[in-house]
Amino acid sequence: MKQTIYRSQDGLEGGASAPAAEVPAELAAAAQAATDPKGAAPVGPTKISARDVSVFYGEKQALFDISLDIPDKTVTSLIGPSGCGKSTFLRTMNRMNDTIAGARVTGRIDMDGEDINARSLDPVLLRARVGMVFQKPNPFPKSIFENVAYGPRIHGLTRSKAELAEVVEESLRRAGLWEEVADRLHSPGTGLSGGQQQRLVIARAIAVNPEVILMDEPCSALDPIATAKIEELIDELRERYCIVIVTHSMAQAARVSQRTAFFHMGRLIETGDTEEIFTNPRERRTLDYITGRFG
Amino acid sequence: MTLTVLLIVIVLAAAAFVLGQRRATRRAALLTGRERPHSRPAQHGAYTLIWVAAPAVFVLVALSLLSGPITQQLVQTGQPEAVSSLEPFRKNAFVADAARVANGQPAQAIWEPELAQHLASEGARSDRIEMTLDWAGAVGAILVALMGGIIAFLRIRPDFRARNRVEGWIVGLLLVCSAIAVLTTIGIIASLLIDATRFFSAVPLPEFLFGTQWSPQTAIRADQVGSTGAFGALPLFAGTFLIMLIAMAVAAPVGLFAAIYLSEYAGPASRAIIKPVLEILAGVPTVVYGFFAALTVGPAFREFFNTIGRWLIGGPLDGLGQYLMLVQNQMALVAGAVMGIMLIPFVSSLSDDILNAVPQSLRDGSYAMGATKSETVKRVLMPAALPGVAGALLLAMSRAIGETMIVTMAAGLAARLTLNPLDTVTTVTVQIVTLLTGDQEFNSTKTLAAFGLGLTLFLVTLALNIVAQRIVQTYRQQYD
Amino acid sequence: MTETRDAMTATRLDRLRGGLKRRYAREARFRLYGILAIGVAVAFLALLLGRIIDQGHTAFYAHDVSVPVYLDPAEIDPAYPQGTNFEQMVAQQQLASRGLEGDAAGPLAAEMRGLFSSELKFEIARRVAEDPSLIGQTVTFDVPVSDEADLYFKDEISIDTPPEQRRLTNQQIGWLDQLEDDGNVRAHFNSRLFTSGDSTEPELAGVLGAVIGSALMLMVTAFLALPIGVAAAVYLEEFAPRNRLSALIEVNINNLAAVPSIVYGLLGLALFINWMHLPRSSPLVGGLVLALMALPTIIIATRSSLKAVPPSIREAALAMGASRTQTVFQHVLPLALPGVMTGAIISLAHALGETAPLLLIGMVSFIPGIASSITEPTGALPSLIYIWENASERSFHERTAAAIMVLLTFMIVMNAAAILLRRHFERRW
Repeated sequence: MKQTIYRSQDGLEGGASAPAAEVPAELAAAAQAATDPKGAAPVGPTKISARDVSVFYGEKQALFDISLDIPDKTVTSLIGPSGCGKSTFLRTMNRMNDTIAGARVTGRIDMDGEDINARSLDPVLLRARVGMVFQKPNPFPKSIFENVAYGPRIHGLTRSKAELAEVVEESLRRAGLWEEVADRLHSPGTGLSGGQQQRLVIARAIAVNPEVILMDEPCSALDPIATAKIEELIDELRERYCIVIVTHSMAQAARVSQRTAFFHMGRLIETGDTEEIFTNPRERRTLDYITGRFG
Repeated sequence: MTLTVLLIVIVLAAAAFVLGQRRATRRAALLTGRERPHSRPAQHGAYTLIWVAAPAVFVLVALSLLSGPITQQLVQTGQPEAVSSLEPFRKNAFVADAARVANGQPAQAIWEPELAQHLASEGARSDRIEMTLDWAGAVGAILVALMGGIIAFLRIRPDFRARNRVEGWIVGLLLVCSAIAVLTTIGIIASLLIDATRFFSAVPLPEFLFGTQWSPQTAIRADQVGSTGAFGALPLFAGTFLIMLIAMAVAAPVGLFAAIYLSEYAGPASRAIIKPVLEILAGVPTVVYGFFAALTVGPAFREFFNTIGRWLIGGPLDGLGQYLMLVQNQMALVAGAVMGIMLIPFVSSLSDDILNAVPQSLRDGSYAMGATKSETVKRVLMPAALPGVAGALLLAMSRAIGETMIVTMAAGLAARLTLNPLDTVTTVTVQIVTLLTGDQEFNSTKTLAAFGLGLTLFLVTLALNIVAQRIVQTYRQQYD
Repeated sequence: MTETRDAMTATRLDRLRGGLKRRYAREARFRLYGILAIGVAVAFLALLLGRIIDQGHTAFYAHDVSVPVYLDPAEIDPAYPQGTNFEQMVAQQQLASRGLEGDAAGPLAAEMRGLFSSELKFEIARRVAEDPSLIGQTVTFDVPVSDEADLYFKDEISIDTPPEQRRLTNQQIGWLDQLEDDGNVRAHFNSRLFTSGDSTEPELAGVLGAVIGSALMLMVTAFLALPIGVAAAVYLEEFAPRNRLSALIEVNINNLAAVPSIVYGLLGLALFINWMHLPRSSPLVGGLVLALMALPTIIIATRSSLKAVPPSIREAALAMGASRTQTVFQHVLPLALPGVMTGAIISLAHALGETAPLLLIGMVSFIPGIASSITEPTGALPSLIYIWENASERSFHERTAAAIMVLLTFMIVMNAAAILLRRHFERRW
């Protein structure tokens, strides 16, 4: 039922209807197996909808007329070869492109029906509602506690020390880090291992209770065990948040996401349910990419 | 003389190059079959050249370094009784006058007859000594050049590794050049230590460090050494410290905020204007700052305080008003404030570098949390950059302590133990200049005191620099 | 579940919005501090340069006066003209022409003498010595007015200036007005400022001796510090083994760069003057001291431009069979040379403005001559500025500012050359 809704929305991307690509039997089977458990996962209502979004860095155009709907309480993964614009698109959703000199965004992005690029909307407020996790863990050179307390402190979200401590503990618990750091909350966050640092950064992001969490290749700097933990965490966080993840790893996209969008050369090529994209892509280029013919 | 010898050596060296090259070519031509000479003829030539030039240059340099002291020693050993029994200061004057007389000029001082009779003969004698030394040096230099050339010439054979030898010499020369940097340090320490030790043997160290009376000018004659002049340097340290504090109070906030603005707020266009302005400010010689402090800032400040004083007189703060009326051009505040301005570009460019070394990912992390720029600076960048900034401030302090011209021109000479910025104070550097620029003979306690002060200054700034550089280096490595 | 979350979101958003105004106010204030800091620096620079130009521009013109002098044969001995007291002679004649009786040694004559530069007597003596037939004639001499009179013509002082702040009497001002009304006073470009050495008379003092002294000194510095600095940097960067000794040398050089300049002055005094007996106040000693000072900065600048040459260049040359020395001298150093030159020029410009060490090696003494070799005593521009600033005559103040303008011009030219060099050869790897 829901799937049909999304199908119709896919039409909005303006991608020319392409002949069904031939997926080699074995790859289709593998993708099916990888995405099978997620196949029936519930998908929430649309949280963010982008229409005709283009991004320019100076003279250079990095994104071309992207239109994409991102559902709430779902993990949406953006995949594509390096330089395809997926990270750029991610950064438009919390206006991080504002911090880059010479960057210009056109088109419209709505969150809950509100234009996030509107002058009246404050980027500070927007970023409090849309958290972000970066490729390399970037804990601040402060204690673990202070790292997590950073958001609530600057935004004045808590009214007392006790409340703040509660928020910090809650966030660390949700990020699955509490057990590991409870006894050393006041040692520096930079002293943790890479995987722990990344979970600390996630805890920092969820401490302000955002509605959306953007993740820019969150596992690319981590070893496989740490990666597995983060993926597990992402799956848990899906219950509460709308999550968008940029990833280089097709396997990861298949494992954690319910929806997938494939970017190539600054254009959105194809989007749909993860299972669908990985088993039966409509576009030749998608097929080539997921079967490893380029990228 | 030296120039002529140098020319001869150059000609010899050129000849050595040509001859060596020719010999190598000829010997190589005799080779048969598949044998090849190890090095090119020019490299053999260069090898011969080095063996001619290096020993000769060594002799010439050694001679120019040592001829002064040696001449002096020789002149002194042969002096007649009447002259050698003179006190050191008068003896030096006598020797100088003897040289003048020998050159046909009149003597500057009037000498007693028993001394005057020796003037001409002593002058001629020291002339002879100098001449002999010069000739000995010249002959020695040319001799070693010839000998070196012969040795090298005989060594030329096709299998001789001339290139490696030449390169060895080049690297050795480079090494010597970099050793000069180390020699400079040793020279500084030695020259300061030698004279400072003599000073501290006349004035005990504790008295120098903790004495509160500084009036070296009372020692008028050489035989009064250390007995009357007061050499308690505490007021100088206090003055130096006070001016440094004022300078840092200006330079630290202004420089830091300028750096923050440059690295976090300014766009490329405003950076392109602001940076050169700061660079010009940094390039202005300190004597110009001193001129400005003495003739513009000083009078302006005095006028300002006097006006306030005039206004206060007769009121409840009459005493303060009376005091402000007496404020002079030369006050710690003027020197400190202008020095602070001078240090702004220093602090800001160091802090700018340090802020730029903070990884962009931390800024991104903070902005993505919804922090404003100032929150990011205050809560993320500054804590991250703190050690680096602290190092930069220490370096600025060391600069402030060692700065000379601004304080010499704007701070004054009164050694006073005070922390009042409106008072006239004096600093270590001002006293060094004052002690060494008046008319005085060398070797008096007064001039030696300058070396005592210099040693103190050197050690304090060195300690600050080492600590600061260590801190900055560790900070940089953290983000590399 | 959804409702509680919405409720939470609502209070959260309220709190977020509530604090926003204050946060932006803080942001604006912080930004303002930054702008103020920059403003302080810019304003000070403008003030500094403005004041110097304001104080110094008047030094670039001066006033001459035409004085008719009857070369009285009764007073001048043709065989020894310089024995005549021309100043008194002229003063008396001038007084007489105004119908005033004055004793040659009296106060009126002294006031009259105070109008003209002491150059007058030398000029008359010179002309008479050249041409004794002038004796008995009335000759008009064009000579500078005295420094105080010059200030009067430049409106620096006037009849309204309180008497304790001027040295001209009302009588003298009256005479000056009269001279000007008669058309005997002429303003002209002060070429003397650029063509003569130092003098105790402000109106005769010039910067040429100091400029030559500075130039000679800088030549010595460049001649020593450049090759030695570059060689040291090449060794440390390209040949030195990475061991504790090299680390020590590196720390040593960094620290030398931060040693106060006056300590170098002490070194120069002890080493070059007291120990090696090199001539005091000479460009040789000054250049040696400045070379030692410039050495660390040149080494540091050279090393950083050597570092900027990518290792691939070295590897390519070594792979072609070039020795290490050949690689460095034929490939790496030429590529780094523009950077080296830029750094060197900037540190030489810095050395040009350095004052404190010069004071200690005797360059504060009054040296009127112009040096023709590096062993003759001379002044230097920065020390001349210091000496003139200390002088009590007010006219020296404008000349100090003018000397600063000359010094700054040289520094600007050198820095501009460095910038052009960098622009021209800038290479990005």
